[in-house]
Amino acid sequence: MAETESLLETPLAGLHRELGGRMVGFAGYAMPVQYTTGIMAEHLACRSSAALFDVSHMGQAELRGEGAAAALERVTPAEIGALRSGRQRYALLMNEFGGIVDDFMVANLGDRLFLVLNASRKAVDLEAIGAALPAGVALVPRPDRALLALQGPGAEAILAGLAEGVAAMPFMGVLETAVAGIPALVTRSGYTGEDGFEIGIPAEGAEAVARALLAAGAAPAGLGARDSLRLEAGLPLYGQDIDETTSPVEAALTFSIGKRRRLAWDFPGAERVREELDSGPKRLRVGILPEGRQPARAHTPIAQAGVTVGEVTSGGFGPSIGAPVAMGYAARDAAQDGTALDLMVRGRAIPARVAPTPFVPHRYKRTPILQGAAL
Amino acid sequence: MSQTRFAESHEWVRLDDGLAVVGISTHAQDALGDVVFVDLPEPGREVEAGEAVAVVESVKAASDIYAPVAGTIAAVNAALVDDPALVNRDPMGEGWFFTINPRDAADADKLMDADAYAKHAEAGN
Repeated sequence: MAETESLLETPLAGLHRELGGRMVGFAGYAMPVQYTTGIMAEHLACRSSAALFDVSHMGQAELRGEGAAAALERVTPAEIGALRSGRQRYALLMNEFGGIVDDFMVANLGDRLFLVLNASRKAVDLEAIGAALPAGVALVPRPDRALLALQGPGAEAILAGLAEGVAAMPFMGVLETAVAGIPALVTRSGYTGEDGFEIGIPAEGAEAVARALLAAGAAPAGLGARDSLRLEAGLPLYGQDIDETTSPVEAALTFSIGKRRRLAWDFPGAERVREELDSGPKRLRVGILPEGRQPARAHTPIAQAGVTVGEVTSGGFGPSIGAPVAMGYAARDAAQDGTALDLMVRGRAIPARVAPTPFVPHRYKRTPILQGAAL
Repeated sequence: MSQTRFAESHEWVRLDDGLAVVGISTHAQDALGDVVFVDLPEPGREVEAGEAVAVVESVKAASDIYAPVAGTIAAVNAALVDDPALVNRDPMGEGWFFTINPRDAADADKLMDADAYAKHAEAGN
């Protein structure tokens, strides 16, 4: 266990151990990869009822001051200026070469913006965003805050028993409310494809909120289930499926580029994005369904007639599918849904097909007025 | 049937009617978690002790399984193809992986006994 000694802990470290969490190092933090029931059971609990994840290792920060939205637009192609108060959006932090520095969530709290950043990238992100800010706009990291993800079809009923106003929240809605008596910033979002909430709270209140959610029926779930859930949901993982070399077009994340931004082309890397939108990218992130039961892991070469045409970036077993699932980059000609591919696993070709994602349909909260609205 | 012996890499081996039956330990299956696929060797393959001959895949990761003794792969456990979770349910019994026709049946005696293996596993290996 020497390797975990230098790792940081979240405010829930004691609770994880009490619950039998198997702790591993992730992005510099000791995090539970699973609890006693195991990844499969935790994954299925999330799809059938509700699961609770500690995601306090993620970066949280506020952007304050006149012109905060415009300042953030200097480093992201998302439409931040048009983000209404009480709403959250998925956005990409870009470099000047059109690569992705990180993917993150941004919420408009009325008097400030609130950002949630990947744990492995938060230091890089804070520096990149900070460097782009004009006088009068301040980026304030909030390491004093914990973050919990309550995910699954049972999440609404559980949280509604502990907090006012959450049942009426739309997908990607944001609400400042109290959860189990503790002031919280709640967003209706997540990383599993299920309906659910992310709950930001002061670190000192995290354990009380987590215990209340568990007592109300949420199953504790670790990073293993979080990974298999997001893979089935077709959601990319930074550092694995997207990085500083992949563009939003290649990564099939162009939905996060605002319409106005596509007219102005005023974001880092716009030249590459525009060129790839016009002429098509050389490669595309696609879903892949291997035949049979054998998983194809990250870095598995993708071939067609013996010629390498891409690489798997995430792959494993989908507990809700009951079969292996993967995603990766394929050359444009090999990226159409239904295209037959070979996955070269330990020197053998595993037949596979390009498949639409998500593999498991998203079940986000949709109210009629929001149907068809952009994320 | 002989005493069960264990390799440092967490395989067990038991001589049964001259054949070395090989599987993974209870400790190993617990560490791996839910097994979803097992890649088994071809019968007839010559293997050396310590050679990677099979792969066990859990939800999270793929791990090599090493031959604890040298010899020839005699048979594989076809039940694992359709029901890989058998490795989790009965790792020391029905969840066996393959049998080896050993070059020297005494090779297994060089491996750890159950007590030594328990200490090895407990030490976090």
